[in-house]
Amino acid sequence: MTNKYGILLVSHVEEITDGLLRLLKQVAGDVSIKTAGGTDDGEIGTNFEKISQVLNTFEEETILAFYDLGSAKMNLEMAMEYSDKEIKLYETAFIEGAYVAASLLQTDVDLEVIEEQLKPLVIKE
Amino acid sequence: MSMIEKVSKWIELFGQKVTQNKETLNKLDTAIGDGDHGSNLTRGAAAIQEKAEETTYDNLSKLFQDVGMTLVSKVGGASGPLYGSAFIEMAKKAKETEDIGELLEAGLNGIQKRGKAEVGEKTMVDEWAPVIDHIQSGSFTDEIIQESLESTKDMKATKGRASYLGERSIGHIDPGAQSSAYFFEALLESGVLDDK
Repeated sequence: MTNKYGILLVSHVEEITDGLLRLLKQVAGDVSIKTAGGTDDGEIGTNFEKISQVLNTFEEETILAFYDLGSAKMNLEMAMEYSDKEIKLYETAFIEGAYVAASLLQTDVDLEVIEEQLKPLVIKE
Repeated sequence: MSMIEKVSKWIELFGQKVTQNKETLNKLDTAIGDGDHGSNLTRGAAAIQEKAEETTYDNLSKLFQDVGMTLVSKVGGASGPLYGSAFIEMAKKAKETEDIGELLEAGLNGIQKRGKAEVGEKTMVDEWAPVIDHIQSGSFTDEIIQESLESTKDMKATKGRASYLGERSIGHIDPGAQSSAYFFEALLESGVLDDK
């Protein structure tokens, strides 16, 4: 099964994205999920270049992006502006939002339905 | 000195100031953030210096653009995209004008577009906005820089990492306003404003 959509997880800490990826893969083994956790040199933080590089490795044209804290969003937004992909950024609780998207993509649900499910999980501006 | 030489001097002085005050910035950021503001900007300053040494600029817009992209790529965190967006917007504006007030206003718009902060939310915007007003009205002095900086102390943070602290963010100077104060001190010392 190939999906039209991929999921990108961005966190300040690599172990957080690794752990979340593991959780999501349990319910969404066929969904393309990639991570940008921490900085280039493995430190805590987020980085425009790292996020851009990961975005470029997706075969899917539309990417659903989830992030943990403030500066992750700013670096994601910059990467979005410099990317050819269509990227949808969700302001949901990080784990819950990514879980909803991954588990519904696995069952081939329409994006509209997924976005409806994500709405109550929005906690960021 | 030409405008480009003065602006290069400004950026160099800014880099020196954040590097010399790395620990001060880290300490301010430890109180209400994640403690790496000084280290991040120092890394950015080194990358900008490296770029400046290998490039000769005859175009203000190109200079701002390179500084902006270097900051975005090398600094990370929130300060990379924020200062980076400021310089990238200044680069766009520099194609139309060399007026420093107008350039800085474009830079501030870039910061606000990226960070979504308004005046009074205890961010770098609280340094940039009053300083730009005074530059545009011809009444800019070092005192304006320091007063604006001091004013962030009593503000409650509602944007950025400090906002998670709520009321407990009150009583600390905002680290982004402090690095912006160095930015404008460097501007004063660089001679960019001398003809105004």
